[in-house]
Amino acid sequence: MSRTWVTPGGVHPPENKHQSVTQPIGQLPIPEKLIIPLSQHIGAPAIPCVEMGQQVLKGQVIAQAAGMVSIPMHAPSSGTISAIEHRPIAHASGMLAPCIEITTDGADTWIEHEGISDYEHISPRKLIEMVGNAGISGMGGAGFPSAVKLNPGRQRPIDTLIVNATECEPYITADDSAIRERAGEIVEGIKILSAILDHPHHIMIGIEDNKPEAIEALAPHVEGTGISVVVFPTKYPSGGEKQLIYILTGRELPAGKLPADEGMVCINIGTTYAIKRAVIDGEPLISRVTTVTGDAVGTPRNYDTLIGTPVRHLLEHNQFNEQAGGRVVMGGPMMGFTLPSADVPIVKTTNCILAPSYAEIPDDEPAQPCIRCGMCAEACPVSLLPQQLFWYAQAQEHDRLEAHNLFDCIECGACSYVCPSNIPLVQYYRAAKGEIRQAREEKVKSDHARDRFEFHKERIEQAEREKEAKRAARREATQQAKADHLAATANGTAVPSAAPSAPATAAPAGAVPSSSAADIIAAAQARAAAKQASPEDQRAKLERTIASAEQRLKMAEEKLAEAINDDSGKQDKLSAAVENTRQKLEQSKSKLAELAE
Amino acid sequence: MIELIAQNPILAALIALVGLSIVFGGLLGFAAEKFKVEGDPIVEQLDELLPQTQCGQCGFPGCRPYAESIANGDDINKCPPGGQSTINAIANLLDVPAPELDAEHGEESEVKTVAYIREDECIGCTKCIQACPVDAILGAAKLMHTVIADECTGCDLCVEPCPVDCIDMLPVEETIADWKWSIPAKPGQMIATDRRGEVSPAVRNEDAA
Repeated sequence: MSRTWVTPGGVHPPENKHQSVTQPIGQLPIPEKLIIPLSQHIGAPAIPCVEMGQQVLKGQVIAQAAGMVSIPMHAPSSGTISAIEHRPIAHASGMLAPCIEITTDGADTWIEHEGISDYEHISPRKLIEMVGNAGISGMGGAGFPSAVKLNPGRQRPIDTLIVNATECEPYITADDSAIRERAGEIVEGIKILSAILDHPHHIMIGIEDNKPEAIEALAPHVEGTGISVVVFPTKYPSGGEKQLIYILTGRELPAGKLPADEGMVCINIGTTYAIKRAVIDGEPLISRVTTVTGDAVGTPRNYDTLIGTPVRHLLEHNQFNEQAGGRVVMGGPMMGFTLPSADVPIVKTTNCILAPSYAEIPDDEPAQPCIRCGMCAEACPVSLLPQQLFWYAQAQEHDRLEAHNLFDCIECGACSYVCPSNIPLVQYYRAAKGEIRQAREEKVKSDHARDRFEFHKERIEQAEREKEAKRAARREATQQAKADHLAATANGTAVPSAAPSAPATAAPAGAVPSSSAADIIAAAQARAAAKQASPEDQRAKLERTIASAEQRLKMAEEKLAEAINDDSGKQDKLSAAVENTRQKLEQSKSKLAELAE
Repeated sequence: MIELIAQNPILAALIALVGLSIVFGGLLGFAAEKFKVEGDPIVEQLDELLPQTQCGQCGFPGCRPYAESIANGDDINKCPPGGQSTINAIANLLDVPAPELDAEHGEESEVKTVAYIREDECIGCTKCIQACPVDAILGAAKLMHTVIADECTGCDLCVEPCPVDCIDMLPVEETIADWKWSIPAKPGQMIATDRRGEVSPAVRNEDAA
């Protein structure tokens, strides 16, 4: 057996795992409605590619991946699309998010699908594509798209593949029971992963010593495959990615680095099963093993649940006693969150639905002041200073929080668990992280606004400068023209365009551009004269003016009459307008008469 | 010449001193030119802290002019969009006590807003476009205008010039993506009478009696 390392801190909460492993993985009847949220993973939400009322088959793509870091969604059963709208989802905020609802037909008809068995002879790129198309995202909790995780393009080759079967959180037995019943398929999935990653040197399945049945089930399948099952003492939280990597390899992952940066890939054991189904059977990820447990349910056990099954459906088929337990938690007692309603659907990351009785998990005791006992610092698996972070979070000192590495906190809840004053420490860290993230976003936005404001100012100033330059040019031109005129009268010649000789007598300011300006003026005058020279054009123009003015007058008079009828107080204005138009018309008419003479 | 200097110590000292002062003066002058600081660094830092709404509620045409004014000794509590957190940050930078926000310049609003043009009422007068400090309004004369919500700083400078009052300041709605946990209630404050500073006068009188 290979050596293991011991992480700092950690706690030993009551495990409560035995209740839900007495029965094999169960099957539920297909629920009437399935609700598939478009965002069940980290990254961009999927884009729906079905229409209302459309018939879909089991396994059919109903939403496509939006970009690189995204996954497609598939219909978990056959039926009709009955809604594409915002619904409550499994999120601590209790907010609504876009979902696709399928009204199932009960036939559960599969779409045509086909897997491949000789994955050894297929390029890793093709295999990764299959994993991506199957809509597989990490099933341990974070929900990172697996295809992205496995994608090459990293700086160093992968030498270690770690399969996370720790399942350290109390109550949850989804991975445990999956290993007991599907060890062969899981090992097959690990072999596929090994092929994708070009056969890393070390392939390890990390598992806690509180799952002897699972370890036994794995043993015959891993024999002679080079996969080692590493068993280590149970402690919470050993299942965190960084914690597990340290336990198995003794290597500490630097802050802000991914396992791939260190030549490692860490993947949840449930995900390996999904990968096997995707590659060998050609089935997308449409169901997962979910634990339903807690004293408020009839028989705690595991179910192979369709993605999109409402939590209520699970509870109803398990004699949920609403009187005994008030709340339903998604996830475990350490890191889970209370659901806003039982109508939210099971998603790809839902490993447990916990319905505890009041006696089992009582409501939070009121928080007492911190007594600086330091127990939280001893329990922290990341060796942070939780109490110090708590003070800074209260005072909202963001710089200090970052200096104390708040962002390395994995929010495991070990500090809150040991706190004798019942302080909800993790809540403070979550809130502080949210505030810091928001402040960062606002900083980016305000920098952007500053750039735009400066550009705006620059633009206005430039427009102003251009206007000023034009004005100056005009002023000079007038002065030049005046000077020319003076010079011309003095010389006795009546030609205004005698520009070349003018500069000497012109105004001293701006003598250089004046000649060209004078030319422009002369040209304009010539044009005006040319226009006047043709009386035909002028008459035509005047006639046009008269016609349009007559029309305007007519309209204005109509309006005036209307206004007088309505008594809307606009008569004065309108009658003035009518008078104005009439005058203009008369002017034009008299001009025309003059021209005719 | 050398002899004259050698025989005349006062003259020698004088020449030496004048020579030295010329050399060092030149050096200092060169350094002042070479290592010149562009602009006032404190203004840059202050400008970084201001929210860049460019709303002018402080009485200056934009955030940078106000930053310059603060650097020249103006009050630091004239920025309602930044609110108390900005005042605290500036006070921290300048090492002065943080005052409360000056109500004369407006109140700090809880929710962020962006301008929204009711498009069927817009007459296309371009007045709001000219008022917008960050060019976040799109449109042309006699054509409908619209606000680019992502670029809007919520300064509400476009609301007043609109002749048909078709611009609303709408609160920015929270989405799942930017939702965040809220800070829990402080520990040890469960009993009403323990809350320092929040005790009603009646309760205090009873305590005294």
